[in-house]
Amino acid sequence: MAEKNVSLTKQDRISVCWRSTFLQGSWNYERMQNGGFCYAMIPAIKRLYSTKEDQAAALKRHLEFFNTQPYVGAPILGVTMALEEDRANGAPVDDAAIQGVKVGMMGPLAGVGDPIFWFTVRPILGALAASFAMSGNILGPILFFVLWNVIRYAFLWYTQEFGYKAGTAITKDLSGGLLQKVTQGASILGMFVLGALVQRWVNVGFPFVVSKVTLSEGAFIDWESLPLGGEGIKSAFMQYTSGMALDPVKVTTMQDNLNSLVPGLAGLLLTFLCMYLLKKKVSPIVIILGLFVVGIVLHVIGIM
Amino acid sequence: MNAISIVLVIIVAFFAGMEGILDEFQFHQPLVACTLIGIVCGQPVAGIILGGSLQMIAMGWANIGAAVAPDAALASVASAIILMKGGQGAQGASTAIAVAIPLAVAGLFLTMVARTLAVPIVHGMDRAAENADFRKIEILQWGAIFMQGLRIAIPAAALCVVPAEVVSNLLNSMPAWLTEGMSIGGGMVVAVGYALVINMMATAEVWPFFFIGFALAAISNLTLIGLGIIAVAIAFIYLNLSEKGGSAAGGSAAGGSGDPLGDILNDY
Repeated sequence: MAEKNVSLTKQDRISVCWRSTFLQGSWNYERMQNGGFCYAMIPAIKRLYSTKEDQAAALKRHLEFFNTQPYVGAPILGVTMALEEDRANGAPVDDAAIQGVKVGMMGPLAGVGDPIFWFTVRPILGALAASFAMSGNILGPILFFVLWNVIRYAFLWYTQEFGYKAGTAITKDLSGGLLQKVTQGASILGMFVLGALVQRWVNVGFPFVVSKVTLSEGAFIDWESLPLGGEGIKSAFMQYTSGMALDPVKVTTMQDNLNSLVPGLAGLLLTFLCMYLLKKKVSPIVIILGLFVVGIVLHVIGIM
Repeated sequence: MNAISIVLVIIVAFFAGMEGILDEFQFHQPLVACTLIGIVCGQPVAGIILGGSLQMIAMGWANIGAAVAPDAALASVASAIILMKGGQGAQGASTAIAVAIPLAVAGLFLTMVARTLAVPIVHGMDRAAENADFRKIEILQWGAIFMQGLRIAIPAAALCVVPAEVVSNLLNSMPAWLTEGMSIGGGMVVAVGYALVINMMATAEVWPFFFIGFALAAISNLTLIGLGIIAVAIAFIYLNLSEKGGSAAGGSAAGGSGDPLGDILNDY
């Protein structure tokens, strides 16, 4: 290119980045995120094209079908801005090239954005914050909201700038190393934390009693023969910490047996069952409602 | 609830509805929406606890392609309103969730309606584009977002207007076996969200990390933050070692769907 007659200012790009927040606003069954994409491009189109015909053509160009994970829309907007800038300066960038880059990027990038944001960052951040929140700590929601939005906005801005600077080169970089490493690292992190979450938070309890054993003399605290007052309490605690039981009858529930095997095993098996059902294309909604029914039924017959 | 609370709840619901489609600021996530409703109703702690519990359940709820999950925005808003009106405080959280989840499923219908109504809106944008009418496209975009806000705000308003006695009578009239059974069910429903996530991410390469996490989590002294630190460290170690070994990308491509446990489940 000989010289640039028009170029996008940083202010234009900040404005596009802010507008990309509303990418999904007019999500529709016909062309999905097209309205949002066009809406986000408006500041760039206003800067680059001065005649009404050019503006109308650009607007129509960006009302074509578009759909991706909303955050990875940012690098696509960046690349599209770079292409539109070249075109406005007279480079032979035709409609098909712009459309091709958008369509070519939206699929693979959504394939990266969905697992990273919806299935790694949000569950992990959500679980961390929820574990605070469940004890009534306001820090939980604040932590979630602030961290998420910092991560999100930093991602939107830097990837958009990266896309803008790299122009068309970004599509090539996708097959390269860095992005793949990030995805791989994220899924290792995600799987580890999921394993932990399944163990900690899937509550499947079987409190029904499987055995009652009457303990022999000396294995439980003989409450009748303890000294009176503080001395008695002290001696009871000492006996308890030395391993004596509180009651003469030892009650073992199904849950105790399972816990001595592998704590959280029932939750793990339930998770595998859900994975199996989901793979068999059972709707998550059906499974959720089914689990409520199972919970009620098993509780009524006394198993859970 | 007094009039001011109701107005504020409807505003929160409106934001949750807009976010339900945008998925940016996360106002529709239980942690945020339930907390905000708790605050405007003067029961912040109950709202936060409800938000935390529901967040655990809603973990993997994400609309990907054609797959639909229950509407997190409606689940958060409806359960919070039910909890506030039931007057049981944080104890009512599991019941409120159990009542709200079927509502959230019903809310999917509203989502479909809103996304269909957006089709004529973008046709309006097409016409505006012919005349390079920027202003009109912007107005239409905002109109579509407001419509999504109303999608949650209207049901929320309806729930608010139902007299508090009706809600608390309904909750009190539920027998103990039903509410206890529902909260047992709620404890298990969490697994569905995790299963959705695992199905997305699982490959032969990363399954071992799942089991390391599972085994370490049984040590109850380790906090979630501690587990997170271990996870990050392991991820870095693995990435570095596989780079040095020179076989970084080969692992996940080998054989089947690259998910042995998934294959077993499939063939089962």
